[in-house]
Amino acid sequence: MATTLSLKEVSKKEELYTHGHRMCSGCGTPIIIKQLLFATDYPIIASNSTGCLEVSSCISTYTAWKIPWIHSAFENAAATISGVETMYRALKKKGKIDKEIKFVAIGGDGGTYDIGFQSLSGAMERGHDMLYLCYDNGAYMNTGIQRSSATPFGADTTTCPAGSVIKGKMQPRKNMTRIMAAHGIPYVAQASPAHWRDAMAKFKKALEIKGPKFINVISPCNRGWRSSTDDAVLLSRAAVDTCYWPLYEVEDGVTRINHMPKEKKPVEEFLKPQGRFKHMFAPGNEWLLKRFQEEVDKEWERLKKEAGEEVLQKP
Amino acid sequence: MGLKSGKIVAVTGNEAVAEALRQIDPDVCAAYPITPQTDMMQRFAAFVNDGMVKTEMVLVESEHSAMSACIGAAAGGGRVITATSGPGLALMWEMLFVASGLRLPIVMPVVNRALSAPLNIHGDHSDAMGARDSGWIQLWSENAQDAYDNAIQAFRIAEHMDIRLPVMVCLDGFIISHSIERIEYLDDETVKNFAGEYKPLIPLLDVEHPVSYGPLILPDYYMEFKRAQHEVMSKVKGVVLDVAAEFEKISGRGYGLFETYRLEDAEIGLVILNSAAGTSKDVVDSFRDRGIKAGLLRPRLFRPFPYGEVGEALKHLKAVCVLDRADSFGAYGPLFTEIASSLYPYRERPALINKIYGLGGRDYLPEHAELVLNELVEIAKTGKVKTFKEYIGVRE
Repeated sequence: MATTLSLKEVSKKEELYTHGHRMCSGCGTPIIIKQLLFATDYPIIASNSTGCLEVSSCISTYTAWKIPWIHSAFENAAATISGVETMYRALKKKGKIDKEIKFVAIGGDGGTYDIGFQSLSGAMERGHDMLYLCYDNGAYMNTGIQRSSATPFGADTTTCPAGSVIKGKMQPRKNMTRIMAAHGIPYVAQASPAHWRDAMAKFKKALEIKGPKFINVISPCNRGWRSSTDDAVLLSRAAVDTCYWPLYEVEDGVTRINHMPKEKKPVEEFLKPQGRFKHMFAPGNEWLLKRFQEEVDKEWERLKKEAGEEVLQKP
Repeated sequence: MGLKSGKIVAVTGNEAVAEALRQIDPDVCAAYPITPQTDMMQRFAAFVNDGMVKTEMVLVESEHSAMSACIGAAAGGGRVITATSGPGLALMWEMLFVASGLRLPIVMPVVNRALSAPLNIHGDHSDAMGARDSGWIQLWSENAQDAYDNAIQAFRIAEHMDIRLPVMVCLDGFIISHSIERIEYLDDETVKNFAGEYKPLIPLLDVEHPVSYGPLILPDYYMEFKRAQHEVMSKVKGVVLDVAAEFEKISGRGYGLFETYRLEDAEIGLVILNSAAGTSKDVVDSFRDRGIKAGLLRPRLFRPFPYGEVGEALKHLKAVCVLDRADSFGAYGPLFTEIASSLYPYRERPALINKIYGLGGRDYLPEHAELVLNELVEIAKTGKVKTFKEYIGVRE
């Protein structure tokens, strides 16, 4: 729709996710939410799974949401919004609603990759006209930094601590974006809040497409990542430059890498500023770093191959 | 409103309820298949795909998602239904509390089925009994006519502006859902006028007036929300009776909070839900023929439970047996506990015993009712109770 994605134009828009919310200083998620809401002029209705964003944005008699918003439970943001979207279609068909409204389900990695997986897959398969936005901070942060299937290999979390015998999470990260692409839905993408033009273009594009869409956005959590409060943008950038979190799209089955790092950085650049990977730099634990790098490289090579000639395309 | 004579049909309970839902023509239905609800939703799906209703059907991937989608749709601002049985209701359990907590007037037929383990697809009341604390209004149906009538009334009760709570309409799995009975349908226009136009309350789809549903509430205010929920529940009884009175005008069939059968002058009585009440009434008649003053009470509104009225109806009896088609292991059956509570305030009250029957679709036969009534005759005579709780119709 109308508003061009320039900072000048976007800064004139009303903030639909207001200040006064209670997310931690330096959290990546409010940045992402604001980017989403600024990216489109369509009215949006959102569902939100239980988690950091939900509990911090709507508590007691306060809400930071100036859009219609519903939280019902943890594992069902997708199912819940699919119900709202269906009611919209039902009432529109009867002539009771004439507006064009867009539907977004928002969940953290826990509510998306794990407990929310089923309801997400079901909603996508049914073809609802909705966007699912995952803010991926790599653990169940709200409840105290517990391991999810999105937690990176080797990371220290409270349920897979870097102990003397078992050194953190021993399973590789679930490739959720790839799984969603395999659903054959019209649009799937990965984004980073640091690369705001790319992210906002993706949000805007997705909301214009009819059908189910999925966008996975990396969301640094200084509390769970044990990083500096002001490093959200720095770490998002490092995630992309190390190819840990490639920026790409899969649109109608065609993969496009949107950002080719000028120089592919070694994963240490992403890991070193984070306390949750501290143990990986201890002597004797080099194998953890090696395995981490191997995993990132393997996926990056696979992605490049999948994208084929279609690299370096802006969304 | 004149009383139009209805269409007499021979249909199953599932067919009858599906017909009621067709006549209501809700905006959205989100459902997942589970025996013995299956053919109710299959029939409804055929109505949808044949264009006989305008309902948007969502064939979700689990019952948890069914209730979640219903919550989203109802919050969106329209009339919503689903249906389930047994483990399906159990899977929805978390979301039942959310639906009632968010005051969404969803209507859900529950075709009562046993819970696993072991796996059993047949009729008993463990599913809906397990959900009795969920804040849903519960109407229990003896037969297909009951189920059809309750389904229609459910919408008026749920959607009443003083109430706005979800309603489950219970009918016995297989026994009623799959058995053919003679019943009378109302015509489409009558049902449509009775249900009326859905009035949304604070709909999400009103983007001009954005609202947030489902906040986090801490210990400082959560309890006030629940106190308010308790308050709303206290108004349900009155609405159920008002709706029933209106329904009688259009159908000629009267409903109350419960049904009493030959209870007014009875000395011994059975309290029993759903289809087994039908069987029991025949046996009550045979006892009456022999000069024994037997009677029966069949609850209809189970949540909220009308303690006062039930107590008044039973207090004069000498001995009562409450038959439960569900158990609470390590305790008395759920219906027994309510009946005992309703009789507690009285200084003079009947001896009360509990029998568990019919679990997992185990047949409840006239001889079971006879056994129980004979035992009550003994208790009424001697004032002595041998066993307070026992299973009947089972191999010991």
